[in-house]
Amino acid sequence: MNVLIPAPLRSYTGASRVDASGATLSAVLFELDRRFPGIRFRMVDEQDRIRRHIRFFVNGAQVFDLEEPLRGTEEILIVQALSGG
Amino acid sequence: MATRKTSPAKAVRAPRARSATRRRAAHPRSAPRVVVLVATRKGAWLVHGDTSRKAWRLAGPHFLGHIVSHVVLDPRDGRTLLAAAKTGHLGPTVFRSTDLGASWQEAARPPAFAKVPAGEKGRAVDHTFWLTPGHASEPQVWYAGTSPQGVFRSEDGGATWEPLAGLNDDPQYRKWMGTQQDGTPDGPKLHSIIVDPRDAAHLYLGMSGGGVHESTDRGRTWVPLVKKGLEVVEGFDAANLAFHDPHCVRLCPSNPDRLYQQNHCGLYRIDRPSNEWVRIGRNMPQKIGDIGFPLVVHPRDADTVWMFPMDGTTVWPRTSPDGVPSVYATRNGGSTWQRLAAGMPKGKAWWTVKRQAMTSDGSDPIGLYFGTTSGELWMSRDGGRRWSCIASHLPEIYAVEAAQVAARR
Repeated sequence: MNVLIPAPLRSYTGASRVDASGATLSAVLFELDRRFPGIRFRMVDEQDRIRRHIRFFVNGAQVFDLEEPLRGTEEILIVQALSGG
Repeated sequence: MATRKTSPAKAVRAPRARSATRRRAAHPRSAPRVVVLVATRKGAWLVHGDTSRKAWRLAGPHFLGHIVSHVVLDPRDGRTLLAAAKTGHLGPTVFRSTDLGASWQEAARPPAFAKVPAGEKGRAVDHTFWLTPGHASEPQVWYAGTSPQGVFRSEDGGATWEPLAGLNDDPQYRKWMGTQQDGTPDGPKLHSIIVDPRDAAHLYLGMSGGGVHESTDRGRTWVPLVKKGLEVVEGFDAANLAFHDPHCVRLCPSNPDRLYQQNHCGLYRIDRPSNEWVRIGRNMPQKIGDIGFPLVVHPRDADTVWMFPMDGTTVWPRTSPDGVPSVYATRNGGSTWQRLAAGMPKGKAWWTVKRQAMTSDGSDPIGLYFGTTSGELWMSRDGGRRWSCIASHLPEIYAVEAAQVAARR
């Protein structure tokens, strides 16, 4: 799967797009964290809740449940939502 | 771990830089210099002084765009920095530098509360607010305070952090902490983590709100230090710790049995083993009052304290009273106070100085520093008698720390 990395997180990946795999969005994020340590905690808190200003889109549809199954061919967009001035 | 290089340093000079430059040549390269660590809402800056503390070089920004709550130099090695940061979008983390900010590494496990079982509503750290180096005998230990309120300990120099459950998960403490609404506008703060220089196991901390607390077992268990003397907002029950709001607590290094507290309801001193706080702020000029955020104690004289008054009347503007900024000092433990404002604007200056944004540098004569929410950094080389602005146009300043470093940067 191809994952679009937003600008605030590119200091971790060094790229705007990375390939990742996983049966769920949660598994994809753990894989990203294994490769880019620390990146998951910036997006998901210690109670496994998506942080307030982070959004995930799978094939263009927003995903609210990290355990939602993935087929393995999706495009994942990680988006920073507005957070003020 | 993400490694970040700092941005190129931008050099600025304070007034009278030419004479300072001439004077610099007379000092050996190894003479102690002061570095001021400035944490702001949009990044961090390191402000390097020359040996005379008259010329200053602004280095940064570090972490531009990050909300940086605190940057602290480890006095045990003189070169390790920890920075507590988050952004508007991204979760909280801690960065560590072992070369005075030339490079940074992110903590492998930043402060985070324990995960609760499914179905329960657990807390998540919004930001790490406070950092305190551990005791001199425990060179890798650090403590952190967070919002919402929690206390954390690192035993590996800040790389990984563990929650101290004896406070974070204690049902009584959770009641005293209250909810997200029971704190400052950007969340309740656990702050003023203090390590007794005589005893690594003896700690204090402040909860805003929730009172001052003490541990004698390295933070495993805590007891309140709010027995007598402290006032709360009119109409509330002083026996309920949830209503106590310490803004800043400082221990006197020259007399560790003495602490001062700037509280939402006045300025206090306590001399242990007594549990009674004395409202020394009653001796401040009535027109000025004894409300403020920060407090600075003299590192070698437990009778000398500086405070920065703010307007705590009506709707709590929290600006300098009447728009006239000033520092007040006591040289006798709070019996009398002296106004120290030479060099500051004489009016129309609506400054706010937050609880972490005023400090001293340990030099002799003592250097004092404070940062304003309007992005100005001020300092005095003579214990507050004369002040000058050494940096301006910075973002809102959250915290200011100062330390002596041996090598020129």
